[in-house]
Amino acid sequence: MTVASPNDFQESLQPQGWLRYFSFSLDHKVIGLQYLVTGFIFYFIGGALAGVIRAELASPISDFVGRETYNEVLTLHGTVMIFLWIVPVVNGGFGNYLIPFYVGARDMAFPRLNAVAFWMIPPAGILLIGSYFITGSAQSGWTAYPPLSITTPALGQVVWIVSVLLLGGSSIFGGINFIATILKLRRPGLKLMQLPMYCWAMLGTSILVVLSTPVLAGTLLLLSFDIVAHTGFFNPAMGGNVVVYQHLFWFYSHPAVYIMVLPAFGLVSEILPIHSRKPLFGYTTMVYSIMAIVVLGLVVWAHHMFTSGTPPWMRLFFTIATSFIAVPTGIKFFNWLATLWGGKLALNSAMLFSCAFIVNFVFGGITGVALAQVPFDIHVHDTYFVVGHFHYIVYGGTVFVIFASIYHWYPKFTGRMLNEDLGRLHFLLTFIGFNLCFAPQHWLGLNGMPRRVAEYDPSFTTLNQISSVGALLMAISSLPFLYNVLVSAFRGRVAGDNPWNALTPEWLTSSPPPVENWVGEAPLVEHPYGYGVPEDTLSVAAATGRDLWSGAGRR
Amino acid sequence: MPIPSALVTLLVGMALVLSGLWVGYNVNVLPLDASANAPVYDALFRVLFSIGTILFVGIVGLVLFSLVRFRRRAGDITDGQAIEGNLLLEIVWTAIPAIVVLFVGLYSYDIYERMGGMSSLNDHAAMHRMAPTETETMEASVGAGSAVSAPAARVWGGIGVAADDVNVLPVEVTAMQFAFIFHYPDGDITSGELHVPNGRPVELRMKANDVIHAFWVPQFRIKQDVIPGQPTVLTFTPTKSGSYPIVCAELCGPYHGGMRSTVVVHEPDAYDAWFEKNSPLAATVASASLTPTA
Repeated sequence: MTVASPNDFQESLQPQGWLRYFSFSLDHKVIGLQYLVTGFIFYFIGGALAGVIRAELASPISDFVGRETYNEVLTLHGTVMIFLWIVPVVNGGFGNYLIPFYVGARDMAFPRLNAVAFWMIPPAGILLIGSYFITGSAQSGWTAYPPLSITTPALGQVVWIVSVLLLGGSSIFGGINFIATILKLRRPGLKLMQLPMYCWAMLGTSILVVLSTPVLAGTLLLLSFDIVAHTGFFNPAMGGNVVVYQHLFWFYSHPAVYIMVLPAFGLVSEILPIHSRKPLFGYTTMVYSIMAIVVLGLVVWAHHMFTSGTPPWMRLFFTIATSFIAVPTGIKFFNWLATLWGGKLALNSAMLFSCAFIVNFVFGGITGVALAQVPFDIHVHDTYFVVGHFHYIVYGGTVFVIFASIYHWYPKFTGRMLNEDLGRLHFLLTFIGFNLCFAPQHWLGLNGMPRRVAEYDPSFTTLNQISSVGALLMAISSLPFLYNVLVSAFRGRVAGDNPWNALTPEWLTSSPPPVENWVGEAPLVEHPYGYGVPEDTLSVAAATGRDLWSGAGRR
Repeated sequence: MPIPSALVTLLVGMALVLSGLWVGYNVNVLPLDASANAPVYDALFRVLFSIGTILFVGIVGLVLFSLVRFRRRAGDITDGQAIEGNLLLEIVWTAIPAIVVLFVGLYSYDIYERMGGMSSLNDHAAMHRMAPTETETMEASVGAGSAVSAPAARVWGGIGVAADDVNVLPVEVTAMQFAFIFHYPDGDITSGELHVPNGRPVELRMKANDVIHAFWVPQFRIKQDVIPGQPTVLTFTPTKSGSYPIVCAELCGPYHGGMRSTVVVHEPDAYDAWFEKNSPLAATVASASLTPTA
C-alpha cells in the first residue's frame, strides 16, 4: 500500500498558514479541524432551528410559523443535527485528528479519500439548508416515512435525499479510512490491545458505518425512484409496502445511534483517566463491551416499529435484544465510575462535562430500557417521552462529550488553554438548560403529547414553556463558549506540549503538532493509561485493607 | 474508621433500594387509567420506575460522592492508585444488569400477554384452520369501499387482535388527512367521534386512506399505527365513563397536531340510547349482534 504523505503537496500546490483550513488539505489534523469547525457551524444552525420549534411550542396553538414551515423546520433540525453535526464531529472531527496519533502514524491510510469525505459535507449541507429558501425543504421528518414523503412537495424531498446520500457517502469513506488506519497503519510494536480506547470505539463505529449506511443509501434511492419515476416500492397505491421502508430505514438509523455515541464513549475513556490520574478501569472488558454493542446494535432496529404492523414474535425478539444492549453499556459506565473512584479528580470543565455525560446518559439509558419493553413503548411511542429520551442520549450524552473534548484537546489544537471560569459557566448553563428543556418532556409524553406537533392540548402549556426556557438557557450557554474558543485562540494562556501530563501519543509532541505529527520517530506508547501509584509503593501506614483488596485483580 | 465501610455500604444500599421501591409505588405521573389494560400497564410502569430510580440515584450518588471525596486538593500533583481492573467486580456488574434486564424482559412479556399482545399468534393459527370464515370476516371488516383491500388476507399486529368474544363491539376506523372516521357496521352509523359502552370490548378495524397515522388514547395506554395498504386491529375494553382524547401520533402532514378526536365512554344504557338515536337502521337490527363469530 502506498501511503500518500501530506508533504507530497506541501511545497507546491497546498496553501500554507490559515488558508490550509479552506483547502483540499491532506493533513489529517487540518481535516479534523475542518470537520470540527464545519460541524459547529451546522450545530448553531440546527440550534436556531430548535429555537424556532421551542418558540412555536411556547403556546398551545400554531402561531409562530406556518404549519408547513414547522414541519420543514423539524425535518431540517433532525437532519442537520444528526448528519451534519454529531456524526461528522465525533467521527470525522476527533477521529481524523486523534486516530493517526493513537496508532503512531503520520496520517490516515487514505489521505485523499479523507479530504474527499470532508469536502462532500459542505455542499451537502448547503444543499439541504438552501433547499428551504429555493424549493422548500422536506416536510416528512428526518425519518421520511412514505407515503408522507411521497405525497409532500417532491423537490424538497429529493434534495433532502441527495443531501443525505452525500453525507452517507462521506461517512462510509471515513469509516473505511478509520478501519484501514487502525488495522494497518499501527506503528511497529504497537499491539491492538495497547491502543487507546477511542481507537476501539472508532473501529466499532466504522464497522457499523460500513455495514449499515449502504442500506440507508439503497433505501433512499428506492424512495427517490418512488417520488421521481413513480415506481411503487413503498407506495401502497401501487402495491408497495410502507413497513418495508421502516425496516430498511431503521436498519441504518438505529446503528446510527451507536455511530453517534460509541465515539463519545471512546472520547470519555480518554478524558476521565487523565483528569482522574488513574488508569482506565477494566480495559479488556471495555473493548469487549464495545464489540458487543456493535453486534447487538445491528439486531435491535425494529424497536422503533413496535406500533407499526409487526408480528408479536418480532416485537418480543427486539424487546429482548434491545434490553440486552444495557449490559455492555452498563459495564462501560461502571468501569468509568471505578476509574473515578479513588482518583485525584481535577474539577475542570472537561471533567465536569464528562461526569454530566455519565449522569445524562444513564438517565437516557434507563428510559431507553423502559422504551424497549413493548407494552411500555406502545403507550409512549412517537410522543415527547421519546423526544426527551433521545435528546438525553444524543445531547446529554454525545454533545456533552463533544464539549468535554473541546476543553480537553483545545490546548493541543491551538497551543493555548481555554479559560476555565468561562468553561465552568458554560457547563453550568448547559447542564441546567438541558435538564430544564428535556426532563419535562418525559411527563408530557406520558400524559398525551405526541411528537412533531405544532399545537397541543392547552393543559400542557406550563411544562412546554419551562422546556422552552431551558432551550433559551442552552442558547445563552453557547455565548461564553463561543467567546472562550474565539478569544483564547489568540489570548489564551500558552499551553505547552502536555498541559495535562497525559501519556497518550498526541500529547508527546508540540502543541499544535508539526505536519507529520512528530519531529522524530513516533513514540511507542504501550501503556496509554499508565497513570497512578502502584499499590506496592503505597505507604503501609496509610493504606486500608480495601486499598490492598481492590488491587487483587490487577493484571 | 469507627463504622466498618462494608456496613455503611450495606446500609446505604438498603436505603437506596427501599426508597426506590417507595418512589415507584407512590409515583403518580400517568394519566387516568380508563381501560382494562391500563392498570396492567401502570403496574409495569411502577416496576420500571422503581428499578430506574434505584439505578439512577445510585449512579448519580456515586458520581457526586467521587467528585467531592476524590477531588484534587490544591497543590496535590500526585496520582491516584494504579488500579487497572478487578475481575470479580467486573463479573458482578455484568451479572447484575443481565439479571435485571432478563427479569424486566420476562415481566414485560407477561404484561404484554395480559394486554393481549400475543393473541394474534393464536389468531394466525385460526386463520389456517378456518380459512373461508376468516376471509369473510376480513372483507366485512376492511370494507368494500377500500381501494387498498388487496393485502387484506392478513391483519397486521396490534394489541388484543381478534378477540373471540361474541360480545365484542366492532368499529371500522378510517384515518385520513386529518381526521378519524368511525363507522359502526352493526348500526351503519358514521361518526367523527368514537362512542363506546363502558365495560364492553371494542375491536377497532383500522385502515388509512393516504399516509400513515397512529391511533392513540393516552388514558387507554394503547397505540397502533394506521397503515395504508395494511389493515390493523386494536382491541380494548373501557372501564371508566368519560371523554378522552384520541390523538394521531404519527407525523401525517401540516395539520398533524390538529388531528384529534374524542372517545366518549358511555354507561351501557346511555350508549344504547346514543346508538338508537343515530342508527339509520332499525333498533332491532342493532340489538341482534352482527359480530362474526370467527
